[in-house]
Amino acid sequence: MEVGRLPISAAQKGKLISAGYTTLSSISSLSPTLLSRDLNISETDALEIIKHASLGGTMDDCSSSRAIIGAQTAWDVLHEEESATRITTSSVDLDHILGGGISCCEVTEIGKITALTSLIQLAVNVQIPVHCGGLGGKAIYIDTEGSFMVERVLQIAQACAVEMSTSYASSHNSLPPSHILMQPEDILENIIYFRVCSYTEQIALVNYLDKFISEHREVKLVIIDSITFHFRQDFDDLALRTRLLGGMALKLMKLAKKFVLAVVLLNQVTTKYTEGSFQLSLALGDSWSHACTNRIILYWNCDERYAYIDKSPSLRSTSAPYAVTSSGIRNSVSKCQQILRTQAT
Amino acid sequence: MANKLIRDMGLPASITAVFTARNITNAKDALSLTEFELMELLGVGLKDVSLAVDHISKMVSPPRQTALSLMQQHIRNERLGGHLPTRLKGLDEALCGGIPFGVLTELVGPAGIGKTQFCFMLSILASLPESFGGLDGQVVYIDLEFKFSSKRLIEIGAKNFPEVFCMKEMAQKMAGRILVFRPQSLSEFTESLQQIKMSLLTRQVKLLIIDSMAALVSGDSEQGNPKQNSLGWHISFLKSIAEFSRVPIVVTNQVRSHNSDQTSLYSFQGGKGKDMEDDSRYDSHLVAALGINWAHSVTVRLILDSKSGQKFIKVAKSPMSPPLGFPFHVTSSGISLLDENGVELMGPEISRIHNQGHRIFSNLVDESML
Repeated sequence: MEVGRLPISAAQKGKLISAGYTTLSSISSLSPTLLSRDLNISETDALEIIKHASLGGTMDDCSSSRAIIGAQTAWDVLHEEESATRITTSSVDLDHILGGGISCCEVTEIGKITALTSLIQLAVNVQIPVHCGGLGGKAIYIDTEGSFMVERVLQIAQACAVEMSTSYASSHNSLPPSHILMQPEDILENIIYFRVCSYTEQIALVNYLDKFISEHREVKLVIIDSITFHFRQDFDDLALRTRLLGGMALKLMKLAKKFVLAVVLLNQVTTKYTEGSFQLSLALGDSWSHACTNRIILYWNCDERYAYIDKSPSLRSTSAPYAVTSSGIRNSVSKCQQILRTQAT
Repeated sequence: MANKLIRDMGLPASITAVFTARNITNAKDALSLTEFELMELLGVGLKDVSLAVDHISKMVSPPRQTALSLMQQHIRNERLGGHLPTRLKGLDEALCGGIPFGVLTELVGPAGIGKTQFCFMLSILASLPESFGGLDGQVVYIDLEFKFSSKRLIEIGAKNFPEVFCMKEMAQKMAGRILVFRPQSLSEFTESLQQIKMSLLTRQVKLLIIDSMAALVSGDSEQGNPKQNSLGWHISFLKSIAEFSRVPIVVTNQVRSHNSDQTSLYSFQGGKGKDMEDDSRYDSHLVAALGINWAHSVTVRLILDSKSGQKFIKVAKSPMSPPLGFPFHVTSSGISLLDENGVELMGPEISRIHNQGHRIFSNLVDESML
């Protein structure tokens, strides 16, 4: 009899059995009040019994702060948050509003019609070696739309390689030795590319990533361009869609936490009818918008590109300008922004 | 690989039998269910189900490549670095060499601006022998607006490449390479796409042109959603055949008028956009006929428009080019640029479609077009 194994007094055991509670599971789901009434004991005693029953009868001394196995205290989480590394976007203003860049351990969603440059920039920047203040990692690029352009990657990689060597030269007053210099070819080599052709493959790949990354620990960034595409074409069963997407989002979050890597998803833009007018919003509906930790929307304002933080648990909802140049994402340098800056100071 | 059969995946025989018994035959069926649903349906423990799902996932996952291997593949397999030159110097430079292979390129513009002329020119370029810088292949031209004119095509060819088109048999050969197809309805178009797929994959066809995509749906639907949904299948189909055959696909799109700018704003932008709204915008505010869902699936979007009498080609969406606009005109030899350097356009100007100052009388050359 399971109840017999509980580290409680014989009298209480007797009461339990006479009241018909013989298995642990029959006790653990009860409320203390109910149990105290059934057994005619005090609520404190009842709570004690339930606690023991929930722990499966084993009496291990777990400290009070770790009452739930697997949980952390907020203090531990703070340490983790502080040590979390970030991937720079190459634009100081963007990094500023993002608190230093795209955060590892988190899922970030970017909304834009096309954000190829920003995504590639991240895939290149994640490789900046540790001695240059980067992560020295690799990137996985999951292409669902077929819009990946190697030519563009090469352009951005070349620009990044040049910048790294000049910044090294200026800080060390000498040309960098060739072994620590990154060649554009190396950067391209470190972008692992998967082409996904159906939503089944997308789900399969997200499932498989767990295994793949545990074999390739140097991966620090997973990009999905875009999460939306296959789920917007030819998908009649919307309930199924929501379920599949929800499952995928959970798995991606797990990945981000487990391997301390950043997950960046691109979402498409759609129009939504609210309050009598059509407005732009991100695709996949309201339930999906809960799935990501951070959400950044890229849009045009006047003649400038802006990034807006639409949702984030830790960052202020604000926007910042940026520019897309042939060498990638850079700070915006127009009059409009200078005015903003003077206003801010 | 979504339809890969579970019994061919090398799972343990007992698990395979359970899947088969519950009529879950392929990866799509299995992965559309959560692990708990599978447990319930199959009556197997969580451990076995997770192992099976992991295994199926691994089998179905696409192969791993790197950006470097992709680039080497492109360099090895393709002439001209994977681009079809348009022979418009500035535009070619902006697009890294021309119309890219393997993706969709869209031409948007008001009626009579020169979209079809552009398509004619590209058809000739793709069919030219390699010694003349062409792709030496067949062209499939899907003419949905019944505007294809062989006479005009050969005229453009003869003006630009007299050495090829003046020989009678060569002209015949060139024109013989361009297959014009005129589907009457959406279903006929769908059917033809299936056939085209085969000829694209056998690598004889080097260019696919669809003029125009919007004509398909503008006829038989009202507005909004039905338009998008009816094309959903075609969009993904076209994208996938472009990619697997590495053939450039050029699609034209019509414009329709649009009465307010609200759709171009996010809710958080609020009234901000209103300030910059000027009256001139109401003159002729046009948007591409196929909506935002379609816009997502084209990789390069070229807008042809006219502003105060001057026609422009604008690189409105391109992963490799800055937002440039090139003034052009249409002559008897096709489209030619007036300025090779182009003008860099700032902000949303690049994606705006103007149709102002259409000079009907001033330009004789215009008259012969459409």
